[in-house]
Amino acid sequence: MIDVNALVGPYPFRSIPHPDADVLVRVLDREEVDLAWVGHLPSAFHRDPAAGNAELLAALKPHAARLKPVLAIRPDWPRWEPLLKDARDAGAVAIRAYPPQWQLGPHDSSMAELAIACGEARLPLVLTVRFEDLRQRHPLDVAGDLSAAAIRALARAGKGVRLIVTAAGREMIEEVHWGLTPEEQQRVLWDISWIWGPPEDHLAKLFRTIGSRRFVYGTQWPLRLTQNPRANLDLLPDDLGSAAMGDPDEF
Amino acid sequence: MNEPLIDCHAHFLHALCGRSDWQDVNAARFRAGDKIGVTCHVASILGTHGFRSPVYFPSPDDVTVGNDAMLALLKREGTRVAMMVTVNPNHTAHATREIERCVKAGAVGVKLLASRRADDPLLDPVCALAAKHGLPVLHHIWQHRRREWPNQEISDGADLARLASRHPKVIFILAHIGGGGDYAHTFHAVKGSPNIYPDLSGSGVDRGMLDDAIKALGPKRLLWGSDITMCTGLAKLRALETTGLLSADDLKDIRWRNAARIFRAGTLGGVA
Repeated sequence: MIDVNALVGPYPFRSIPHPDADVLVRVLDREEVDLAWVGHLPSAFHRDPAAGNAELLAALKPHAARLKPVLAIRPDWPRWEPLLKDARDAGAVAIRAYPPQWQLGPHDSSMAELAIACGEARLPLVLTVRFEDLRQRHPLDVAGDLSAAAIRALARAGKGVRLIVTAAGREMIEEVHWGLTPEEQQRVLWDISWIWGPPEDHLAKLFRTIGSRRFVYGTQWPLRLTQNPRANLDLLPDDLGSAAMGDPDEF
Repeated sequence: MNEPLIDCHAHFLHALCGRSDWQDVNAARFRAGDKIGVTCHVASILGTHGFRSPVYFPSPDDVTVGNDAMLALLKREGTRVAMMVTVNPNHTAHATREIERCVKAGAVGVKLLASRRADDPLLDPVCALAAKHGLPVLHHIWQHRRREWPNQEISDGADLARLASRHPKVIFILAHIGGGGDYAHTFHAVKGSPNIYPDLSGSGVDRGMLDDAIKALGPKRLLWGSDITMCTGLAKLRALETTGLLSADDLKDIRWRNAARIFRAGTLGGVA
């Protein structure tokens, strides 16, 4: 089991308990999760993610066997292209980008270029729909959610594109999935961190309609309880209890 | 026998909710409840859930239809369900009649939506009746009201605290600290209101939320619940065991003993 949606570092709008790499390793042990793909939470809110990437690599180095770095690249800044090779050389398993926080619209050409380049480098691009529920956000947190249109545009950007979209709910997943061709649909994996379980059974419905292999395990630790996606899987109807999910490593 | 578990915030649907899958949703609640170990679903039906009148502003006719469906469910399911009677306080005479009618038929509490601000005097007759019958009042809450939102007249912890101070003999259940808004505000707002018991339900599973609730209010003021996301309810149940802030005895309080204390004796199935 891989948690594709873990982060370390503080959050600017509220205090979160001990968002540190060594704590994350203990959480993985407790939850019986093998590995985590880990991003640097503050970098989403920094103008330049370079310092955050360096901090992330340093923080994860003692736990290299369990915590895999996911570095952030900002494609609207000049000379981002070499950073992709640097990231790969540094052991990154994927790249993160935050279009709403960087005010990049749904059809921003630099995001499309980054998605294509990540595909060519065989690195999935991890996108975040939201960090918090819209209803509780700090007055200064005005970025808004990542839109379905933005995800569709990136999924259509090229054959090699591979997106892992985190923190999406049922409606967005359906809007994107059924707005793509069957080939484009295969370019997108969804983490289950924000999908509802029973009694509405959104996760079960998505497994039945879209297919369980389009979904991967994700927690959004340290912002959300790690117990949530496991609880959601445990509460699936019996006939879906052994449904195979997607493998981010093979993606 | 396993430790009891009371879901203090549950809802069911019925045939007039405008959803062809209403029976599936109800069945899913029981299926998940069995897996989680829910002993009793303390539940309400919210009019026609928006089909004929708005969810949070149900018409008197829809309130009655929903309560009738809930009474039928109560009769069919026995002790694994307990009923909160839903009312709209804008229709005061109807609201008080519904409470009397449904209490006679077995309702154990009152459910208030977001039809009127919590501190409005129109809620006083409802609360007086709740005091007379010993009924806890579950009030829908938006954690920290900073502006108006469409389709509901939202109240927050501070609004409910003013109502609770006017009715010290009534127990108020503050709905879903994870149900939207800033729960951190709520803990400050209700700390000095001993007759307000927040429930932990809601889709929000922020890390730190449970810890802050326990630190601010203590385990004897918190109630476990699920509302419309039972996965988050199970996650919180599991997370409570890892906070390092609760003894095994404290966990029993949140799981069921606080609920057993605030509802009339013998009204919650499976609980002594």
